[in-house]
Amino acid sequence: MSATPLTAHPAHAPPAAAPSGIWDWITTVDHKKIGLMYGVTAYGFFLLGGIEALVIRAQLVKPQSELVSAQFFNALFTMHATTMVFLAVMPLSAAFFNYIVPLQIGARDVAFPRLNAFSYWLFLLGGLLINLSFLLGFPPDGGWFAYASLSERMYSHSPAMDYWVVGLLVLGTASLAAGVNFIVTILNMRAPGMTMMRMPVFVWMTLVVQFLVVLSFPIITVGLIELLLDRTVGTNFFLPLHGGDPLLWQHLFWLFGHPEVYILILPAMGMVSEVLPTFSRKPLFGAPFVVFSGILIGFLGFGVWSHHMFTAGLGPVADAAFSATTMLIGVPTGVKIFNWIATMWGGRLRFTTAMLFSVGFIALFTIGGLSGIMHASPPIDLHQQDSYFVVAHIHYVLFGGAIMGLFSGIYYWFPKVTGRLLDEGLGKVHFTLQFVALNIAFFPMHFLGVDGMPRRVFTYDEADGWHLWNLVSTVGAWMIPIGLLVFMYNVWWSARRGPRAGDDPWDGASLEWAISSPPPVHNFDAIPNVPSDRPLWDQKYGDATLGLDRRDPHIHLPPNSYRPLIAAAGVTTVFGAFLIRGHDIYRHLLDAPGSTIQSIPFSSLFLATVATGVIVLLYGLYTWFFEPVE
Amino acid sequence: MSNSPRPVRNVAAAVATSLLAALAGCMGDAPQSTLHKNSDLADMTWGVYMLVTWITLAVGVVVFALLAYVVFRFRDRGEEGIPEQVHGNTRLEIAWTLVPLALVVAMAIPTVRTIFAAAAPAPEGAVKIKAVGKQWWWEFEYPELGVTTANEVHIPAGVPVAFEIVSADVIHSLWLPQFGGKRDAVPGRTNHLTFTARDTGNFVGQCAEYCGDSHALMKLRLVVQEEADFQRWVQEQKAPAQGDLVASGKPGPKAFLEGGCIACHQVRGNPIAAGRIGPDLTHVASRGTIGSGILDNDAESMRRWLRDPEGVKPGSLMKLPHKLSEQEVETLTQYLLELK
Ligand code: HEC
Ligand SMILES: [Cu+2]
Ligand SMILES: [Cu+2]
Repeated sequence: MSATPLTAHPAHAPPAAAPSGIWDWITTVDHKKIGLMYGVTAYGFFLLGGIEALVIRAQLVKPQSELVSAQFFNALFTMHATTMVFLAVMPLSAAFFNYIVPLQIGARDVAFPRLNAFSYWLFLLGGLLINLSFLLGFPPDGGWFAYASLSERMYSHSPAMDYWVVGLLVLGTASLAAGVNFIVTILNMRAPGMTMMRMPVFVWMTLVVQFLVVLSFPIITVGLIELLLDRTVGTNFFLPLHGGDPLLWQHLFWLFGHPEVYILILPAMGMVSEVLPTFSRKPLFGAPFVVFSGILIGFLGFGVWSHHMFTAGLGPVADAAFSATTMLIGVPTGVKIFNWIATMWGGRLRFTTAMLFSVGFIALFTIGGLSGIMHASPPIDLHQQDSYFVVAHIHYVLFGGAIMGLFSGIYYWFPKVTGRLLDEGLGKVHFTLQFVALNIAFFPMHFLGVDGMPRRVFTYDEADGWHLWNLVSTVGAWMIPIGLLVFMYNVWWSARRGPRAGDDPWDGASLEWAISSPPPVHNFDAIPNVPSDRPLWDQKYGDATLGLDRRDPHIHLPPNSYRPLIAAAGVTTVFGAFLIRGHDIYRHLLDAPGSTIQSIPFSSLFLATVATGVIVLLYGLYTWFFEPVE
Repeated sequence: MSNSPRPVRNVAAAVATSLLAALAGCMGDAPQSTLHKNSDLADMTWGVYMLVTWITLAVGVVVFALLAYVVFRFRDRGEEGIPEQVHGNTRLEIAWTLVPLALVVAMAIPTVRTIFAAAAPAPEGAVKIKAVGKQWWWEFEYPELGVTTANEVHIPAGVPVAFEIVSADVIHSLWLPQFGGKRDAVPGRTNHLTFTARDTGNFVGQCAEYCGDSHALMKLRLVVQEEADFQRWVQEQKAPAQGDLVASGKPGPKAFLEGGCIACHQVRGNPIAAGRIGPDLTHVASRGTIGSGILDNDAESMRRWLRDPEGVKPGSLMKLPHKLSEQEVETLTQYLLELK
């Protein structure tokens, strides 16, 4: 396809001393490059978490299997969940926020490009730090919600859970910085004419997610710091012997943890809300309804956390109240499903791979949503809580939902990012394999849960009667990588050999399709005027004009900077110092099992590391603030 | 439901039952299945369990049917032009907000009723049992009957029992699937589980909250007995061990002392065997299993357990002061199996 007149201008000449190669990636503040880095890194962690899952399933393939030790199995399910939630799904979504949101709102970058780089580096360092535990032989094994008092030093002596706490603190800082950044970006950087109700639904969902991040991460941060202090300084926030309360941790964790579920799923819902209309060739049915139900889900999401605690004994009043709010949250979710179906109704559906993944999303997410309604009812939850039924539920929501949605997004926006189309034939093979495999892997887990199999068990007995469905589930799980291999081959091949995509391969409606693929560094030659909620569509099929055939006389782009990386390294070092403290305490406890944490002196290595981290952080921030931006 | 004419209800019930049977057929004959019920609490839960299951299944069928229809009916057949650009339909959207809302209310009302009914305080005369979760076994104490046992809890059929659930270390969860679900054992608090069992028999349960290394191996047995049998069991359990089983100088008690067992285990009747860290062994031989429900209680398992507790249960807190010789293992095995 020939370039359109819009991109006939040679790309904006880069600044004279533009860095190149690897240094450019390290110092970049371009939202598109940062988005790609998020995507590639998160995909790597996704594979790691997947391998952990495969070992888990291999162990459970038959009763009394001895493939891995109990302790290692416990570490595997802890790290599988931690990795998938914090290192795969969240940052994969972040890849799309970064790459797509500025394009969809007609901006040249995010509001704070260097803060954006800072978030990425913290995410990478946090992810590496938490996984370093494997290399040092202390993988976290307290479960991904790290319930006290098991996660306390008294019951988890080794530094394993210190890695988990410290890693999550670093990752949380990254998410908070990104949250603020995207809220400001979306509220302030929209092109003229793009009112809130003209924003694409993906941008809306991003905005809701960022508010959830900014409101919920401080809660878990408080919990994590309390747990860190309990473990390394000897406080007693969650130890009842000394007046603490293990349920306090559960409240803090789930008050974060439930909004987190929506942090994971709303981005995928946003993507599906872009893909379905495009390939139905219709606008999203009842877009305001979809947006408002997204907002409502966000609000209600903060009022349902105790549905994770129906077995904890909060009493009938609390159980009834949280049950009601939880069922209620099913309503706006249901609304979305009907709106998506109505979007397709009367359309002209083109079943591209992206579309298939979105339709697959609706089907699988429906199953996950409905099983969620079941355990919203406490009497039922007393059966299902902590059983494989819940494992089935979260995998339908997070794999069937979030991951399917993310793949839909990848197939949809890949041509925008690379300028080339992914191979549709291979894409369909990937979709089919993944759809079939994940149902074989996860559907039988419902049966296992009903049959009374608890989650997080490293073994079971022949007499338990669970072997058949465990075998089936393992076969399905091991089929998932086949689809992924096809996908990865497709990406590798298509990125270089795939057919040229042109600016607008899908006949899209939103702004990103109005510029070249891949977009120029500065995104838009001229900041567009946004006349409607489907600006490009209305320019193509109506009489709207975006005013993109001009060129702004002065385009300002911030220069590259390595300061965010320095600052991120400083933050990571400060938190990381507590790992040294954890190792110190562990060594002491091995020598003198009875000693209390308070009686163990702070080592000079610990103090020196904290000091170094603080200095590096201050240096990074100071030079960052006074860095020339022209 | 209650207003629908009888034939309709019968047909619905028949369809429901056969579907349920089909569904149950997908599931093996698992002893811990949540589909078997053997208490008033389980019966009470059953109504909501089934109601919500059928409502969600029905909604699922509707959504899938719609989705399938749309996908086949509206696929691109190469028509000219663009389809009609429908932006929404407020009436429809209000309708599909209200219908789920109505369904939610239909599920919430019996839910809330059941919550409060299940939380009613234990009736007078209920058998009180304190269940203490420990890494990785259960201690059961009958404070009013003076009985302490481990991993195998006996209850009378037809008499209410009131569990008080506590923890000695980390969070566990007492899950007796056929008796109405699970309740957590949370350090620093007491949770309650009250029910009346129906049929006699042996039932299995398991810790449901991840509690560390051997969480998977923290099972338990529940034995429901006729009232008279239960009373007999209580009398047997109350009696201390006697004669050769406590007399110092006899090989059994001697090995029990020299093996360091007394530090952690109690054998009532023997004043020096008063440890409280591990299970009370006064009547260990009367129990069906050892190691919290994972090994049959016979000589072979006993030897296996004594040779290497950590090999049987990873991380086990039965840390022996010294590895037992084969001679000691044999003496102790014989001894323990006599503690009836
Ligand atoms: C350090 C404390 C400790 C010592 C010493 C100890 N035990 Fe144990 N024992 C335990 C604990 C704790 C358990 C429960 C283990 C489990 O099921 O996870 C246990 C369980 C048992 C059981 C199984 C009981 C049941 O009903 O499941 C037997 C039998 C037993 N011990 C015998 C012995 C003998 C014999 C000795 C001496 C050689 C001994 N123990 C020494 C702590 C100890
Ligand atoms: Cu939740
Ligand atoms: Cu447990």
